[in-house]
Amino acid sequence: MPSLKELSRQPEILTGGHRLCAGCGAPIVVRQALKALDVPVVVANATGCLEVATAIYPYTAWRCSWIHSAFENAAATISGVEAAYRSLKRQGKIPGEFRFVAFGGDGGTFDIGFQSLSGAAERGHRFVYICYDNEAYMNTGIQRSSATPLGAETTTTPAGEVIPGKRGHRKDLTAIMAAHDIPYVAQVSPSHWNDLVTKVKKAFDAEGPAFINAIAPCPRGWRHDGSLTVEVTRVAVETCYWPLYEVDHGKWRLTYKPRQKKPVEEWLKMQGRFRHLFRPENRHIIDEIQAYVDRKWEELLRRCGEA
Amino acid sequence: MAVQTVTQQKVALTGNEAVAMAMKQINPDVVAAYPITPQTDIVQYFSTFVADGKVKTEFVTVESEHSAMSACVGSCAAGARTMTATSSQGLALMWEMLYIAAGFRLPIVMPVVNRALSSPINIHCDHSDSMGARDSGWIQLYSENAQEAYDNTIQAVRIAEHPEVRLPVMVCQDGFVISHSLMNLEVLPDEAVASFVGEFTPKYPLLDADHPVTYGALALQDSYFEARRQIADAMSRAPAVILEVGKEYGRLSGRQYGFFEAHRLEDAEVAVVAIGSAAGSAKAVADSLRRQGIKAGVLKVRVFRPWPWREIGDALASVQVVGVMDRADGLANLGGPLFGDVRSALYDRTRRPVVVDYIYGLGGRDVTLEDIEGIFRDLLRIKDEGRVTQLVTYLGVRE
Amino acid sequence: MSKGPGLGQLPGWREMPAGAVITEAGNAVRYQTGDWRSLRPEWSQEKCIQCLLCWVFCPDGAIIVRDGKIAEFDFEHCKGCGICAQECPPKVKAIKMVPEEEVTEVK
Repeated sequence: MPSLKELSRQPEILTGGHRLCAGCGAPIVVRQALKALDVPVVVANATGCLEVATAIYPYTAWRCSWIHSAFENAAATISGVEAAYRSLKRQGKIPGEFRFVAFGGDGGTFDIGFQSLSGAAERGHRFVYICYDNEAYMNTGIQRSSATPLGAETTTTPAGEVIPGKRGHRKDLTAIMAAHDIPYVAQVSPSHWNDLVTKVKKAFDAEGPAFINAIAPCPRGWRHDGSLTVEVTRVAVETCYWPLYEVDHGKWRLTYKPRQKKPVEEWLKMQGRFRHLFRPENRHIIDEIQAYVDRKWEELLRRCGEA
Repeated sequence: MAVQTVTQQKVALTGNEAVAMAMKQINPDVVAAYPITPQTDIVQYFSTFVADGKVKTEFVTVESEHSAMSACVGSCAAGARTMTATSSQGLALMWEMLYIAAGFRLPIVMPVVNRALSSPINIHCDHSDSMGARDSGWIQLYSENAQEAYDNTIQAVRIAEHPEVRLPVMVCQDGFVISHSLMNLEVLPDEAVASFVGEFTPKYPLLDADHPVTYGALALQDSYFEARRQIADAMSRAPAVILEVGKEYGRLSGRQYGFFEAHRLEDAEVAVVAIGSAAGSAKAVADSLRRQGIKAGVLKVRVFRPWPWREIGDALASVQVVGVMDRADGLANLGGPLFGDVRSALYDRTRRPVVVDYIYGLGGRDVTLEDIEGIFRDLLRIKDEGRVTQLVTYLGVRE
Repeated sequence: MSKGPGLGQLPGWREMPAGAVITEAGNAVRYQTGDWRSLRPEWSQEKCIQCLLCWVFCPDGAIIVRDGKIAEFDFEHCKGCGICAQECPPKVKAIKMVPEEEVTEVK
C-alpha cells in the first residue's frame, strides 16, 4: 500500500503545460496511474482529448517515449512496440526493461478501438490498457459513445422534445475484457487513488495483458464545475454506479464496498447532462437507471462472493 | 574494387514463395500480418519459418490489416526492422496507416500481391489496390516475375532504410499470375542477403530510455506543411538511392536494377508501356514484331513511385506512338493512372509521341499475346494515319 | 507571458526532425497554461497538514512536492480549476480559491 509521500518521490511523467481543460479527469488518472511504475514506459495513445492536448507540435508533455498513430489502434500500435521489445531484447539489443501502456478514451476503447483492443488482449501481449472513461466522444464535441449512460444528454443524443437523451444502457466493457481471460482487469476511480495505484501496479506486474477502466469526468461534457471532478467520481463510487473491483486471474474481487449505498440520484443531480431527467415526465428514467445500477451491483456482489 | 557475384542457387518457386524466401533471408525483427488472398501463402510460409525457428522474427498474428500496419508502425518506431504483406481490401483497410507510416518516416517494407479492389469482390490480379496508394508517400516497386519480386524485396530494405530516404516501400507482384505460378529464379545465399541488408539503425527509436521521443503530435497550421514538405524531399532523394542500391545489387547478383527496363526501345517507332507480368508478354510480342521488321519496343516500369519522369520521358521521346497499358482505371474519363503519369512526363518536350491508353486485365481478365499484338497494330495504324480515333480503349471487355 | 513560438519562430522544414517527431521530451513545461486562470489557489502553509491529497488530485501536476512536503504551487501551469481547494480535507481547508489578480504586463 503506497503512501502519498512515497508516491510523491516518483518522477512526473506527464508534465504541466498540457492543454487539457481545467479540472479534466483524464490527466488525474494518468498522473496517478504512472506513479505505479518504476521502470521506463512507452505509451501508445489513441486519438482523443488526452492525446491531442498533451502533444501539440513542437511541445510534448510526455517525459517518456510516446506514440500516437491513429484513433482505433492504440492497442495494435502498442502490440507492435511490445513485439519489437521482445524481439530486440531476445537479440540482446535492449539493455534495460520497459513496460508498455496504452491510453484511450471510451471512444477509442469501447467503440472504434475495440477490435484492436480485443485482438491485442487475445494475443497475450504484455501491456496495460488504461481507458479514461468520460462516457462520450468528448474531444469532438461531446457525442455519445457506447459508454454513455442511459438518459445522458450528448450532442448526438440531445434531451429533445421526443427523445430525452441517450437510449439504452452503456456497454459493460470491464466485464467484456474480463471475458478475454487476461491476467488482470479492474475498475478504478481517481477519487480512490490508493485503490487505483495498487491496481495499476498489479496490472503492470501481470505477465500478460491487463485492462483498467477508469472513470474520468469531463466537466464540459458532464456539465459540472471543474473543481468537483474528483468529488463526482467519489459519488459515482458511493452510489455503486462505478463499483471498484478487480478480476485477478479470473477471480472477481470487490475492492471497495460503500458503507451505505447512496441512491444514484445523488450522482445524477451533480451533472447538467442529466438535468432534464428531473422533469416529472422523465423521472421514470431515473428509476430505470437506479434499477440498472441495482441489478449490476447485485450481479457483481454475487460474482465477488459478497452476496 | 571488383566485387565478385556470389554463387546462387537455381530454384523453381512461385512469386509468393520467392518473396517469403526473401523475407526469411532478410530475417526482420518483427512481422505483423493478416492473411488475404492472394498474399496468404507469404504469411503461411513465413509462419513455418517462425515455427521451425528458422528466423529470429517476432511474428504478430494481428486481427486485421489495419492492426497489421498499426503494429508495424509501433514496431518500426520502437526501433525494429519490420515487414508485413497484403493485397487489395487489406491494403485498402490499412489506407490511413499507410500515410501515417510514411508521415512518421518509417522504413517498413511490404510485399503487395496485386489484386482487384471490390466491388465487385474479386480475388484476381489488377493494380487498382497499389495504384490507390500511389499518393501515400510509399515508394512503389513493381515486379514482372518471381525473380524480380525476390530481388525487389531485398533491395527494398536498403532503399527504405537509407538515411537520405527513410520511407516505407511496397514491392508489388501480380496476384495469382506471378504469386501462384512456378517460375525459375536464382536466389542468393543467406549470408549474402544478410550482409546486403545489414543492421537496422533506427532514427528516434521509442525504446531508448535515455532519449525518449514523441511520435504523432498534433501539427497545426503552423507545422503540418513543413512535415509534409520533408516527405517530398525524401521522395526526391529516393531515385538516386534506388539506382545506387540497384547497382550494388547488380554487382552481388549479376542482375542490376534501375527505374525501368527498356526493351528494344532505342530505335522503336511504336512502344508499349506496361507494369507487371503483362510487360513480359509485351516483350515477347515486340520480339515477334521485330522479326517481321516492325520497330516495336516495350518500356517496363519498375519504379512507379517516385515517378522517374525525366528518364521515362527521355526513353520515350523519339518513339512515334506509345500505347500505355493500365491495369487499373482512373475513372477520370481520361484513362488510367499510368497513362496520366506517362503523358505528364512527356508534356514539356517539344518532340513527343502520341500516347493512347489501354485499360486491360481488370479483375484478372486475361490479356493474351494476340491482345497485345492488337495494341501494337493500333499503334502502327495511328502512326500511318496520323490520327487517334480512340484515346482510351477498354481491352478485352465484353461489349 | 510566453505562449510558445509563433509561425516565424518555428524551424523551417530542413531543420525540423523528420516525421514531426519531438525529441525534447517533456518540453511542454515551457508552455505556460497559467494564464488560463480566473481563480488562483491561496495556500496557507500554517494550516496545511501535508496530507498531499491536493498533489495527487491536481490535473496539471501544478503542486510541487519536495522531500514529501508541499513546497510551492506552480503558477506557470496552474489553471485554477479549484480541485485542490475542494479536496483539501474539510477540517483543514488550507487552500482557498481567490480571484486572479489582474496584472498588466507592460512589454
